[in-house]
Amino acid sequence: MTEPLSFELSRPAVDPPRLPDAEVDGPAPSDVLPHDALRAKPPGLPRLSEPEIMRHYSRMASLNYSISENFYPLGSCTMKYNPVVNEAAAALPGFADLHPYQDEETVQGALELMWRLERALCAIVGVDRVTLQPAAGAHGEWTALRMIRAYQHSKGEARSEVLVPDSAHGTNPASAALSGFQVLEVRSGGDGRISLADLESKLSPRTSALMLTNPNTLGLFEREILDIAELVHSTGAMLYYDGANLNAFMGICRPGDMGFDAVHMNLHKTFTTPHGGGGPGAGPVGVKAELVPFLPSPMVERTNGHLTLDHKRPQSIGRVRSFYGNFGMLVRAYTYILSMGGDGLSQASQDAVLSANYLRKQLEDDLEMPHDGPCMHEFVASAHGLTVHNGIRALDIAKALLDRNFYAPTVYFPLVVPEAIMVEPTETESKATLDSFATAVKDIVAEAATNPQGLHEQPKHTPVGRLDEVAAARRINAYLQGLSEDPVLRWKALPETVPEPAC
Amino acid sequence: MLEAIGVSSMSDLLVDIPQSLRLGSLQLPDGLSEFETMAEVSALANRNRVFPDRLTFRGGGVYRRFIPAAVAAVTSKPEFYTAYTPYQAEASQGTLQAIFEFQTLIAELTALDVANASLYDGATAVAEAAMMAFVQTGRNEVIVSGYVHPEYVQVLRVFGEGRGIKVRKGGQPNKKTAAVIFQQPDFLGLLVDARALTAEAHDAGALAIACVDPISLAVLAPPGEYGADIAVGEGQQLGLPPSFGGPHVGFIACQRELVRKLPGRLVGTAHDAAGRRGFVLALAAREQHIRREKATSNICTNHSLCALAAAVYLTYMGPYGLRHVAEVSFKRAHALAHRLAALPGWEMAFPERQFLNEFPIRVPRAPAVLRKLGRRGILGGLDVNRWFRELKGVVTFTCTEVNDARALDELLAALES
Repeated sequence: MTEPLSFELSRPAVDPPRLPDAEVDGPAPSDVLPHDALRAKPPGLPRLSEPEIMRHYSRMASLNYSISENFYPLGSCTMKYNPVVNEAAAALPGFADLHPYQDEETVQGALELMWRLERALCAIVGVDRVTLQPAAGAHGEWTALRMIRAYQHSKGEARSEVLVPDSAHGTNPASAALSGFQVLEVRSGGDGRISLADLESKLSPRTSALMLTNPNTLGLFEREILDIAELVHSTGAMLYYDGANLNAFMGICRPGDMGFDAVHMNLHKTFTTPHGGGGPGAGPVGVKAELVPFLPSPMVERTNGHLTLDHKRPQSIGRVRSFYGNFGMLVRAYTYILSMGGDGLSQASQDAVLSANYLRKQLEDDLEMPHDGPCMHEFVASAHGLTVHNGIRALDIAKALLDRNFYAPTVYFPLVVPEAIMVEPTETESKATLDSFATAVKDIVAEAATNPQGLHEQPKHTPVGRLDEVAAARRINAYLQGLSEDPVLRWKALPETVPEPAC
Repeated sequence: MLEAIGVSSMSDLLVDIPQSLRLGSLQLPDGLSEFETMAEVSALANRNRVFPDRLTFRGGGVYRRFIPAAVAAVTSKPEFYTAYTPYQAEASQGTLQAIFEFQTLIAELTALDVANASLYDGATAVAEAAMMAFVQTGRNEVIVSGYVHPEYVQVLRVFGEGRGIKVRKGGQPNKKTAAVIFQQPDFLGLLVDARALTAEAHDAGALAIACVDPISLAVLAPPGEYGADIAVGEGQQLGLPPSFGGPHVGFIACQRELVRKLPGRLVGTAHDAAGRRGFVLALAAREQHIRREKATSNICTNHSLCALAAAVYLTYMGPYGLRHVAEVSFKRAHALAHRLAALPGWEMAFPERQFLNEFPIRVPRAPAVLRKLGRRGILGGLDVNRWFRELKGVVTFTCTEVNDARALDELLAALES
């Protein structure tokens, strides 16, 4: 089942929608602007009636898998249910219709919400202040590194290296490099945790920071975190916390207490703002006192109940996004925190850990578990044995799950586990859902032995089957090299060419 | 479940966490019912002053526009807003196709070859474009020409510092210049000579980066037509509420030669074994999860849902609806400028310059005038002196299709009273 593009559905006979007339005497653009400043021909936008538009997008919606309908066992991504009350809160005209350049006196409620959210996040992760400006997790990481660099510069230190574990998210090394750092990789030991010996050998007076997530991307808590922190701090470097895995321990422990100096959080993971098919998210960053002067401007300040936006912060790294961040997402996250409360958030993390361990137990006879448990909120299994014996790879399992009405787990990450399958069930799934997911995996593993070819051909019940990305890349290359006029990356009125299936 | 796992209590699952780190509880109040939650959040919303859209004459990068009901009807579908990033293409065709349509719409608007799946906002889009120019040319200076949104320039500086890129305000491009960045219309609403700026950049071997207002492109020459290499901008006007500054959506489009340098996600077409067309994330090898520290951008998300809103908006408007909106805004802004400039002591700040739907005007005792309007429920223009010392008393007013003729009368009456 596929849906034509709006451009293909477009009909020139469709009139534009009825819109207000100018009602005033004023010139038209063509009356006053020089001819060469004007557009020669109208942009090639589609022309559809409202019913056609609504049907078009409704049919497209039906081609999507979503958390509102089913389970995402997606490791590292914390796909939990998005409470609908969050949406109602963000849509309140008192928030949605606020202009960012209104006078402070007229936006006290918005600033108060930002202030309260900041205080709540400080309490949850154990830091002194939080910037709400970064628009996403990677943006937050990079913001944190900019602050660390500015702080070290202010002390006359030119530290040039950032250490990143081999199991880290790809954004970590990318953010470090874009902040002007050299990236050094720290190896994991046999138990899946960071190797203290390797860490020690990489630390030097050049080290600016170690970027770490705890529990790590294998879902394992770094037991030696206090030793790691001491080691890093003893060289004068800082410890940065990647907040992807914050859902594991709200109310159980705090990165600030572990010794982390800067902590980013993903409001779209831990705090249930919807993923939106890939954003908008929000990636606030919390810091300890010594980094506070370097936080992006402006910061919300509160004096005697009066709220202001403080722009006069001489040591600030500056601004990382326009205005005050993804405010609408801040409203959703604050609403979630209010409704859950301290008790609810603690329970959520405990339930997330319980679900992960339960599911891990259900699957331990079917998939290899390369590291001993217990795990925290997620675990990493390996399909390596199935690959060796049956030629079934992690990707095959992922695709076969789609046919069984489950989203696929994260696969091939972290890179340190061959044929990795990373599962994070979250606290919002019932035991019945976890059981049916386990049954589906067992069914696939059984099929791997009896009918591996069948698995390679799945999914069969999704709107399209496995798409040939290699052929797509070839077509893009041909376009970029000027050998073809089909851009592949956009629609263009060209005769459609269906490539031969790859051999 | 504990029994199935083979442990007797939750603490058995948390054994790896050192005792000294264990918290008793969070220092936060207990949870609330939905009713109480909404009451508390609504109380905060009610402490804000909302100006009606028709009486909002303040822009500066965020504008009140008519938003067709179709936009929210689509973006509030849980199949869209609760879906994950479309890594599993077979289960994400709705999102992928919406992004593909968005990419095409932006490419059509800007008259450039390829657009990406969207960025965070206009400011980071400018910064990402500068990074592209830096990588493409190997030069480490960018020139910001004229009145580019001050917050965009601030963000550009912070991005630039990380990569060792110098940001210069004004001046002629030379052989150190990676790009000339200009905004059309500029932050004050004035038209710049985009053709001349583009030619100047090219003569120095630099790229031309045009930061454009998407609705203006229904009437103004698009960047592709005057040869700009990269077009970026803020898409808030395409169906998104002001929302105190976000979330909105940045866009970026470029010429064919630069596509490999584009940051963020790109969606392309692909086919399955049965020959059916579908959509996939394409050219992923540029991105951080593959290239890690060698990636040219760390961005691993876009603003999909906002891009979806923009796609629905542009599809609803079509080429002629969009032009109508741009023309109505143009006419009303010009009518308003004419009336305001006739007030005693008021004068156009740059009378020789053309504008579209936002314009700078010198206002005697500007702060007091704006406060007076506020008391009358009107969100007057934006005092731009806070960013530009040389623009003392200069206020930019904006007009769009939501500011009807009576709203203009009310503004004038309030000013004359």
